[in-house]
Amino acid sequence: METNIALYKYCVRIADTSLILAQRMCEWCGHGPILEEDIAMSNMGLDLIGQSRGFYSYAAKLESKGRTEDDIAYFRNEREFLNRCIVEQPNTNFAFTMMRSFLHGCLAYLQFRTLVKSKDDTIAGLSEKALKEMTYHVRHASEWIIRLGDGTDVSHEKVKEALENLWQFTDELFEMDEVDQALIKSGIACDISMLRAEWDQMVNEVLAKAKLERPLGGYQSKGGFNGAHTEHLGHLLSEMQYLPRAYPDAIW
Amino acid sequence: MSTKDNWPTWEVFTQQKNGAAHEHAGNVHAPDAEMALLNARDVYGRRQEAVNIWVVPSVAITASTPEDMGPFFEPGNDKMYRWPNYYKTPEGIKQI
Amino acid sequence: MNQPQIQEDEQKHVDAFNARIAAGKTIEPKDWMPEKYRKQLLRMMSQHAHSEVVGMLPEGNWLTRAPSLMRKAVLLAKVQDEAGHGLYIYSGAETLGTDRAEMIDQLLSGKAKYASIFNYPTLNWADMGAVGWLVDGAAIVNQTALAKCSYGPYARAMIRICKEENFHSKQGYQIMAHMMSGTKEQQEMAQDAINRFWWPVLMMFGPSDADSPNSDDLMKWKVKLYSNDDLRQRFIDRTVPQAEAIGIKIPDDKLKWNPTTRHYEFGEINFDELKSVITGNGPCNKLRMKQRNDAHKNGAWVREAAIAYAEKRAKE
Repeated sequence: METNIALYKYCVRIADTSLILAQRMCEWCGHGPILEEDIAMSNMGLDLIGQSRGFYSYAAKLESKGRTEDDIAYFRNEREFLNRCIVEQPNTNFAFTMMRSFLHGCLAYLQFRTLVKSKDDTIAGLSEKALKEMTYHVRHASEWIIRLGDGTDVSHEKVKEALENLWQFTDELFEMDEVDQALIKSGIACDISMLRAEWDQMVNEVLAKAKLERPLGGYQSKGGFNGAHTEHLGHLLSEMQYLPRAYPDAIW
Repeated sequence: MSTKDNWPTWEVFTQQKNGAAHEHAGNVHAPDAEMALLNARDVYGRRQEAVNIWVVPSVAITASTPEDMGPFFEPGNDKMYRWPNYYKTPEGIKQI
Repeated sequence: MNQPQIQEDEQKHVDAFNARIAAGKTIEPKDWMPEKYRKQLLRMMSQHAHSEVVGMLPEGNWLTRAPSLMRKAVLLAKVQDEAGHGLYIYSGAETLGTDRAEMIDQLLSGKAKYASIFNYPTLNWADMGAVGWLVDGAAIVNQTALAKCSYGPYARAMIRICKEENFHSKQGYQIMAHMMSGTKEQQEMAQDAINRFWWPVLMMFGPSDADSPNSDDLMKWKVKLYSNDDLRQRFIDRTVPQAEAIGIKIPDDKLKWNPTTRHYEFGEINFDELKSVITGNGPCNKLRMKQRNDAHKNGAWVREAAIAYAEKRAKE
């Protein structure tokens, strides 16, 4: 696979994942459990929008068809979105949101930590900033998982339910294909299968502190990073994209 | 109103750059110290205002009262010898 | 102590307090203050804080639909600032002896008021421009004055807020300017937005001075430094040229420059509408209260869990 094509796709996958999660974070703004948490979730949303813009811009540059970050974000359909399915899952409640941020965040943290050493300078640069952000997101989410898990009976039940519902999207976090293979060879991308053990350790540690049991077996979704999504994504996109689609000539 | 619904407040002190003194920034509500630190970071660090943060339970602060103002601070008024410009430097000497 | 003695002491306090106000000094939380000063301030500050928090909702309504990633980021940062500003003002108000949870309870039960403007819906993207430009523009006029008010914690919160809010009104104006120089549909959206928001924004400054029941005390105590009508005029004077610069029409046929007074004259404000919105009968009062109540109710188990966890750890 040609490096530029692979790299374009690699960037869009990262950007889509950050953007879709940001979109979910936006939904919380003004509706959080306490003012401080509204501010925290908005901060995370802002970090994620920033990440997506960085990776989209680079993808647009690699593609060199004169498209912008917004063209890529707003003018593709659900089958063309390459995010991991976990981030498109609805907020449901605060426990779901924190669990989603946690499970995805641990991988994103490990991935960016490796990509900081990427042979591609732009990827390395974008990852350096994202790494700092994800370090904080994981810390924030972990603290909440622990408090919810070891808080009250009600909170324990809710966070347990969140874990059990979101677990089916965790194998997918480690999925790779020829895009990754091509870029791993040239030292640009990271081999996420190598990060599994460390992810397991991070997750297990927090789950133990939260008095939660790690789910076993069950269905595992596949292929979000190649456009196979859950039913939630289409709705999210139709809301997110409607204005630029309705007025394609407008500049905002 | 139950206490369960009202998290205690923590006073937040931010250090704006390395080597500077921590200054009072405001407060946050938080259930415990670690969350207070995270909340302080999110509330008072949105514009890169801090390189380091302290959080202190508001109840741990003991403050002087307005009535203390006279006895606490006015006795310093007549001790001008605590200030370097009280001392005249002999002519021709640039530095002591 | 006998009764005359108590009255004499009270009078001493009042005199000292008035002297401090007259000398332009700030009052701090532990200073003696007349009960009425405390009450009025608490009412005003908690209303202000509630307005910031409820004010997140009309703009929050467009976060997921912002038409570009840059606009999405700017809007999220702005709405987030409003949460922060609510927090600063609550924190200032708490120094008057009422905790935040109690103030929020008063909001949620409908006992406390908040800015009337947030009871109007945001119906198209240009409303993000109109709200930023006009509502935040009006807020800045108001808050710049409050930054010099006599209560220290309020004044300090305002200074911080004014510094941070500087970009809010600018980003709103930029959205409007972009839309006015855009397609015909965009221009129509922008005009539609200002048609709906102009008059409610003028109402934000409150009833006219003749009908402003709390104003006298607040001005005497230098909590308010300018009257509602003064601030409203100041806002109109600075906003009209901005509207002209981008070619948007202010929906007021009576609006015209008076070279003698050097102020704009404007049409009559429908204060009956203001009254009914403030007393709970605006287009979105029920919705806003439901949104805030839902958030509070849905978050209760989260707040409780965190306290339960902290208590367990404290026992270890």
